[in-house]
Amino acid sequence: MPREMNLDKSKMVVVEGSYAVAHAVKACRPNVISAYPITPQTHIVEDLSQFMADGEIPNCEYINVESEFSALSALVGASAAGARCYSATTSQGLELMHEVLFNVSGMRLPVVMTIVNRAVSAPISIWNDHQDTISQRDTGWIQLYAENIQEVSDMTAQAYRISEDRDILMPSMTCMDGFILSHVYEPVVLLEQDLTDGFLPAYEPEHVLDPKNPLTFGAFADPNYYTEFRYLQEQAMQRALKKIEDVANEFYDIYGRYYGGLIDEYRTDDAEIIIMAMGSVVGTIKDVIDKLRDRNVKAGLLKIRSFRPFPAEAIKNVIRDAKVVVVLDKNITLGLNEGALFTETKSTLYNTDVRVPIIGYMLGHGGRDIRIETIERVIDEATEVMKTGIRIESQFTDLREELL
Amino acid sequence: MKSLLASGHRGCAGCCDAMAAKFTLMGAGEDCIVVNPTGCLEVMTTPFPETAWEVPWIHSLFENAAAVGSGIEAALKALGRKGNTKVVVMGGDGATLDIGMRSISGVFERGHDITYVCIDNEAYMNTGVQRSGATPFNASTTTSPAGKVSFGNPRPKKNMPAIMVAHGSPYVATTSLGYPKDMINKVKKATEIEGPAYIHCHAPCTTGWGFDTSKTVEVAKMAVQTGLWPLYEVEEGKVTSVRKLGKAKKPVEEYLKMQRRFKHLFTMEGGAEEIAKIQAIADKNIEEFGL
Repeated sequence: MPREMNLDKSKMVVVEGSYAVAHAVKACRPNVISAYPITPQTHIVEDLSQFMADGEIPNCEYINVESEFSALSALVGASAAGARCYSATTSQGLELMHEVLFNVSGMRLPVVMTIVNRAVSAPISIWNDHQDTISQRDTGWIQLYAENIQEVSDMTAQAYRISEDRDILMPSMTCMDGFILSHVYEPVVLLEQDLTDGFLPAYEPEHVLDPKNPLTFGAFADPNYYTEFRYLQEQAMQRALKKIEDVANEFYDIYGRYYGGLIDEYRTDDAEIIIMAMGSVVGTIKDVIDKLRDRNVKAGLLKIRSFRPFPAEAIKNVIRDAKVVVVLDKNITLGLNEGALFTETKSTLYNTDVRVPIIGYMLGHGGRDIRIETIERVIDEATEVMKTGIRIESQFTDLREELL
Repeated sequence: MKSLLASGHRGCAGCCDAMAAKFTLMGAGEDCIVVNPTGCLEVMTTPFPETAWEVPWIHSLFENAAAVGSGIEAALKALGRKGNTKVVVMGGDGATLDIGMRSISGVFERGHDITYVCIDNEAYMNTGVQRSGATPFNASTTTSPAGKVSFGNPRPKKNMPAIMVAHGSPYVATTSLGYPKDMINKVKKATEIEGPAYIHCHAPCTTGWGFDTSKTVEVAKMAVQTGLWPLYEVEEGKVTSVRKLGKAKKPVEEYLKMQRRFKHLFTMEGGAEEIAKIQAIADKNIEEFGL
């Protein structure tokens, strides 16, 4: 449900997105930070390093590792030893972590990472899209996507609450668009230390590596046992659907700030056309919707905050009465010619009574700007679909035909 | 002395990993946390829901055990629980010299207070005796087999202890399953020294090398006595002890003929010349360390 945001202007400061995130991490009182520099994540880890150099993060060790692979591997040990753990990375770094991602999740270690979304090589690109995190969607990490700097900053505390809950114990990625959010200065309320100490209690895991009570972590499971580990991970993901909503509500009660739980909606009540998207493009879409509403185009926005777990029920409830749904994806499943949000939204509807035409657009790859005109054109095309039915189900947009 | 590795694990009779793990724990004591990469030792000791470990133990992946150990050490420090607790990583030669090289290099450069024990059985035994960077010259493995035009592995062992000395480690030592007291003492010393310490244990594998299960210690001793595996300690970059061989020195044939993996050197044409090359490796060690 849309809620009134209580942003205290007297508390607002203009800072870079990366600083806001680093500050939020500090307020969450991590015990071990382990990271390897990679553009555009660097400002986060530089700011955290400065906090460490100034003695501002008590009871914390910062490990300057030699690779992203070791960044996350060190956190396997640290988390199992009972530490609240943090890392940040992007793109190639996240892909290098791939094997460790499965391991952290399988061992049920509630590590939180900020992923500063960036395209993957080749061709090498330092600019934003969502291919890096989308490609890790099956690794058993909760994935939350933020619309703006305030949201990603606050999402850090929410992620720890969700991940560390004993009913969940699954790691989280909080995803922010590279440069668009990481390197932009905006007025924000920095995550309040006093409120955070109440919202996020110290991490007290049930099982830790401790010579006083020797336990074995990471045993191998033969076919008699493996399946149940996977099943229990999925059960935890399903419980996280409710937990993500609960934590967002509780965050609102304490901080007065709310961005949605699994999803958020904007002017969807009577919307005939609903646009679905994740990340910073949501802000652009809201502007376009306001403009079109003035022209009596009944458009609305369904923002997806949680891509994992996938909020199938919540999506279904929002789009069931729409006349057409448009899904925007900053990623592609090569060989399917679809973005992941598009594919998964369609799949959640298949065995249901909801019959809405859905079209997908892949855009914003490798940092290409998504302009207001692009959103307007997409909505124009959706309006045509209402009259004629679907002509092209999924397509690239803003292609530079002259280069092909 | 109480064994901190319970019996009943799935190791082969005469298993080098089980011996190495037991000796390591005798040196490290109860107040330790053990990290294992993927490998025989991990598989044979922890078939869920069983475990042979009577100390806290963790396995993550194949190539990251050192990094996992560094994270444990950092967490203990951050949480004020470090005390005298020792972080001990035990990895095979593949997990150490090959796939885990980046991870171990990072940990030693950063100076974490851990002890790393490489259990070197000179090939990938868990997957069926494939060649690693620690496989010796002319050993026949399943991916460096002897054949009509090959004497087996074409390269000498990577000199891992020297690489760890180059990292500025305060304590690097070699040891052997043939000399349990030597190993236990060196592990004890390594765990008591502040900073990253490295112990490289030569560990004959009955299955992979091809010798009777009762001969693990004999084969290990012979490697030392031929000079192919010198036992020494390096503290702060300086060699501080060497196990002298004196009159016990043996020709390398004595060692090679005990093992199936070198059998071809005694049957193939030109084998004698190849054995002479292996003798040259031993002679170089004897000269370098004054064995």
